[in-house]
Formats: sequence, structure tokens, C-alpha cells
Amino acid sequence: MVKIYVPIDSTALSLGAERTAKKIMQEAQARGIEITLVRNGSRGLFWLEPLVEVETAQGRVAFGPVQPSDVAGLFDAEFTQAQADQAKAHPLYLGLTDELAWLKKQQRLTFARVGITDPLSLEDYLAHDGYQGLKNALAMSGTDIVKAVTDSGLRGRGGAAFPTGIKWNTVLNAPAEQKYVVCNADEGDSGTYSDRMIMEDDPFVLIEGMTIAGIAVGATQGYIYLRSEYPHALKTLNEAIRKANLAGYLGDNIQGSGHTFHLEVRRAAGAYVCGEETSLLESLEGKRGLVRFKPPLPAIEGLFGKPTIVNNVISLATVPIILDKGAQYYADYGMGRSRGTLPIQLAGNLKQTGLVELAFGATLRELLYDYGGGSASGRPIRAVQVGGPLGAYLPESQFDTPLDYEAFTKIWAVLGHGGIVAFDDSVDMAKMARYAFEFCAVESCGKCTPCRIGSTRGVEVMDKIVLGKNHPQNVQLLRDLSDTMLNGSLCALGGMTPYPVLSALNHFPEDFGLSNKEAAA
Amino acid sequence: MDNTLSHKQHAQIQAHIQAHQHVPGGLMPLLHAIQDDIGYVPETVYPEIAKALALSVAEVHGVVSFYHHFRTHPIGKHVLQICRAESCQSMGSANLEADLKAKLGVDYHQTTADGNVTLLPVYCLGNCGCSPAVMLDDEVYGRMSAEKVADLITEVCHG
Repeated sequence: MVKIYVPIDSTALSLGAERTAKKIMQEAQARGIEITLVRNGSRGLFWLEPLVEVETAQGRVAFGPVQPSDVAGLFDAEFTQAQADQAKAHPLYLGLTDELAWLKKQQRLTFARVGITDPLSLEDYLAHDGYQGLKNALAMSGTDIVKAVTDSGLRGRGGAAFPTGIKWNTVLNAPAEQKYVVCNADEGDSGTYSDRMIMEDDPFVLIEGMTIAGIAVGATQGYIYLRSEYPHALKTLNEAIRKANLAGYLGDNIQGSGHTFHLEVRRAAGAYVCGEETSLLESLEGKRGLVRFKPPLPAIEGLFGKPTIVNNVISLATVPIILDKGAQYYADYGMGRSRGTLPIQLAGNLKQTGLVELAFGATLRELLYDYGGGSASGRPIRAVQVGGPLGAYLPESQFDTPLDYEAFTKIWAVLGHGGIVAFDDSVDMAKMARYAFEFCAVESCGKCTPCRIGSTRGVEVMDKIVLGKNHPQNVQLLRDLSDTMLNGSLCALGGMTPYPVLSALNHFPEDFGLSNKEAAA
Repeated sequence: MDNTLSHKQHAQIQAHIQAHQHVPGGLMPLLHAIQDDIGYVPETVYPEIAKALALSVAEVHGVVSFYHHFRTHPIGKHVLQICRAESCQSMGSANLEADLKAKLGVDYHQTTADGNVTLLPVYCLGNCGCSPAVMLDDEVYGRMSAEKVADLITEVCHG
């Protein structure tokens, strides 16, 4: 019986994968062809979604994008025998999936299984190296697990890039009756969706990573704080947690080891600021998501005042492969102090968007043109925002910057969560600067003045600049205000809103009604 | 739209309050459970929630009002969220917003005259590879145009 794969990932669904899957089932039935339909994750080639794959002796063969209206034609071409000449001649035939250039050039470590397996099949997960990391971890001391994570060079993939192992070590050494592992799954940055893909397409890897974290530092309770905009991820995670509990991978006495780790998903409620770790903890405690002063660090006084690991989805989902293949294996990828790989998300105005996992060091230009294929509109790419709404806008002259935390810091930009949003030359950068303030005003928690008041004043100043009122004075005021927010805000929301604003002003002064000379003044 | 609770709704709320009373940090999951069932969080139940969770009414109000997701009044049968974030802007979401507002005859946070669709802004749906994106109830749709969204509304909300 031939196996056919149709993704169940949100992006594939958003392009009609559900209807395609149904149509394939109907058509197969009508023609008396026996098939097994597997709902896999997405391979991350979004311009080809819904991407349908057929299993053959040579490997999986891809067809895409497959709309319901294409299905009858595919059956006519006998696509279930994907290596037949007729199937190969079909216009949607793409060849062996693994040989597609976009995938072949990637270094998928965290995303090793994504798109390949059925997300909710524990058997699939185990057959593809799943729970090998936990197996090794169970034979190690907490100190050794933490050392492996430290030695791997893994840094917080949520954006702050703080060394994960150092955070874990603080929690390990904090004596307490109760400790927690919290997964920050409040992925709210525009242009990012790698967390969502992991949770929908390979949920067990996140569960395994959190379990290893719990065992390493002696935490028995974990929470996944998940954004409310991800209903599919919620369903998938809850089902995966249920299965992991049943199979003894969660709960008391995990795999007979005597270790306990319970895991629960908690829904966020649409506040962007709750992606900030202390605001997230307040929210988990059932309060308004007001940012806390630091110190104390969450690693010492976190959730309910107890030592708490707070890590992003990708950081935690990368832990299993580190424990499976060893710290050195992971650290061998990357450049400088940015070790390992980064799941990069191509978004916005690009011909080919999707998930690209690469070792640190690739340039923006490679990603935008080799992978992205240039703009979707066919017009020149004028600006790129990297790292979400608080990331800087980069002009073409900076496209050769390698994706590396330090290289981005050097050009006053941030790599953040690895989201890349491209804009063509129809973009008005003054509008984007105004939007950055507007967004900050909508999302500010209100605790500190620079962010609460500054964001609204920023919108007003931008409006005056666009109208050309008292131009030089208002540009100066914009810089002063940005300086106050940058240095005086309690967290990154107010503190980094100046990144998109000032980078837009500095790199695209003409959109603010300034000559280059005036902008530099 | 009717703002009074039926007996059944009140019983549902009571059951949720009881179930979450002793859950650590239980207020957020409780508010979600109530909104999932009733469609909103009625302000009239704040005192009961506050009492059961040993909070002040002001604290309950503070939490409900802090989060964009929670609402205190009934809304339309369906919720249409349009993504306003950068990636969608790069693919023309500003036009999509304007066209849809005109087509539906409503602004953000308003409901169509027939009570069918409530329009809400959202800041990222995690579908940035297929901008512009919208979410109708719990389903995301990518590479949208005003025409496609109008067809969707017809299919899902009037079907």
C-alpha cells in the first residue's frame, strides 16, 4: 500500500492542505487505489505548499503546490507510482524531496525530523532518533547534563542569546524544594514561526528537551506558555503530552529512572510583552503581565518565587540532539561565539519563503536571493527587518553581514529569533518607524515611563515629521526620545523600539524628508 | 446583543471556577475556559471569581483588561482577525485592512450589522511565509486578498 504525505502544519493548512488531503482520499477511494495517508509536518518550502509526497523505494517524491483541483490529474498521471514516466512528466512533479536544492543545502539539527514524521506518532519519533538524548541524560548527573549544554555553546534562541548552560547552572545550584522549567512559546515576533513549526510538526522534541532540563536541574514541573494565536499548536502539544505520559516519558518515575517531570500547556492571551521572561512569569502566576525588575533573576526567584529555567522553544528543542550526539557535535557548527545552527525564517516579500536551518555564518544576501529567490513582487528588495518588530531595518549595503550574533551587534542590529522580513522598494520607511512606536504603545505593559509614554509621544513626533512640521527640531526630538527609551526602559519592548525607528531614519533618511547629510548631523 | 447570562451559562461558569480554584496561577486558564464557553468574560462574575481565588475584584478586572484576547461583551458569531504585523504589511495588508473594513462596513472591534462577523486586529499569526494572513475563528489563511476573504466569509459564516 502506497504511503502519501500531506502536511498538517498551519501554513500548509492556510493554503488549503486539508481540502487537498480530503480530495486525495476521495479520489483514491473512487479509483479503488489503496493508500495510507500520513499527515506530516511541513518541510518548510512554503511556496510549494501544499506539498504532497509519495513514498517510493528510492525515497519520497514531491509534488507541489497541489490544490484540490490538481488531484484528479495527479491520479490520471499515476502519481502513486511516483517514479513512473507519466508521473515524472506531470507539471507538479518535483523529484526526490531530499534532493531539492533548498533542503539539500541545509543543516537541519533542531529541525531534523520536521516534515518527515507524523508529529503525533511516538513510534515515528522513536524511529527517527527520538528520546536518544533523554536516554543519555538519564545516565548522567545533573552537573554533567548542564556541562554538555554549556559546552555545546547553545545560546538562547528567543533573541537574547544568553548562554543556555549558564542559566541552567544557576538553577541547578539554587537550593529549593520546588523548581520549574518554563518554555517561552509566546512567539509574537512578526516574521517568526519556527517555534510554531516545532510545536505543530515535532512536539515530542520540545517535550524531550524540557524533560532533560527538568532532570538536569531538579525541576519536577514544566509549563509551556503558548500564545493564544496558535490553536493548532495547542491541540498538538496537549495530545503529544498525553501520549508521552501514557508511554512513561512524562510523569512520575520516567522510564523507570525515579525522576519525575510533569508538563502542562498554559495559554497566553495576546499580550506581546509576555514574551519577556519576567512578564511571562507574572502571567503564568495569573497576574497582569507587568515586567519585573531584575535582579532577582528568574533562575533564582522565578515562577512562584522559585528557581526557574525560562527558555525559548527552539533552545529547548535543540537540547535533545546535543545530549544525543554530544556537545562537540553541535559546537562544530557555526562561527565565532555563535555555535550550532539557527532555524531562519524567511518571510514577507520574498518569492520563496520558508524554514532554512543553517550553521551560523550564512549571509543575508544568500538567504534573500539564493533561498528566497528575490522579492515576490519582482521589485528590488529595499529593506530587511531581522529579529522581529524590535529588530533593525537593514539596507542593501548591509546584506553581506553574516548571520552571527556579534556581527549583527557590530552594525547595531539584532539577529533575534532568526526571522527575516523583506520589503520591496514600495515601502515607506517613515511609516514603518511610526508603526514601531504604535506597536510599542499598543503592547506596552505600562510599568516604566519611557515605554508607556515614550511610545505614544513617538507616534506623535513621527506624524509631525511626515507632515514636515518644524522638521529639524522634530528629528532631533525623535533622536532624544529614542535615546531615553533605549537607556531608560525596563525591558526590551521600550528599550529596543528605537532599533527599527533609528535604523529606518539612519539608513533611509529620504523617507523622513531628509538628505543623507542632514540625517548624519 | 443580549448581555444577561442564561442558567446554563451561569452553571458552566460555576463549574469552571470550581475546577480552577486551587490551580496554581489558575486565573488565566479560568478566564480562557469561561471565554471559550460563553464567548466573553462577563463583568458580573468578577465578584464570584475574586472570592473563589482569594483576589480582589480590582485584580480580576486588572487581569481581564490587560490582555487583548479577553473581552467583556458578547461579539459576533465569527471572529475575523487581520494580521497587522510587518511581514503582512510588506505584502500589502494595509490595503487588505481598508478593503475589508469597507466591505464589511465595520472598523476594528466592531461587529457586522447582521451580528455575524467581528473584526479584530492581530499582531502576527505565525504565518509570515504566506502574508498577508488572516484568521477566521480558529483557522489561518495565507496569501489573502479582500476578495478571497469575502469568499471565505461567505463559505464559513453563511454556509
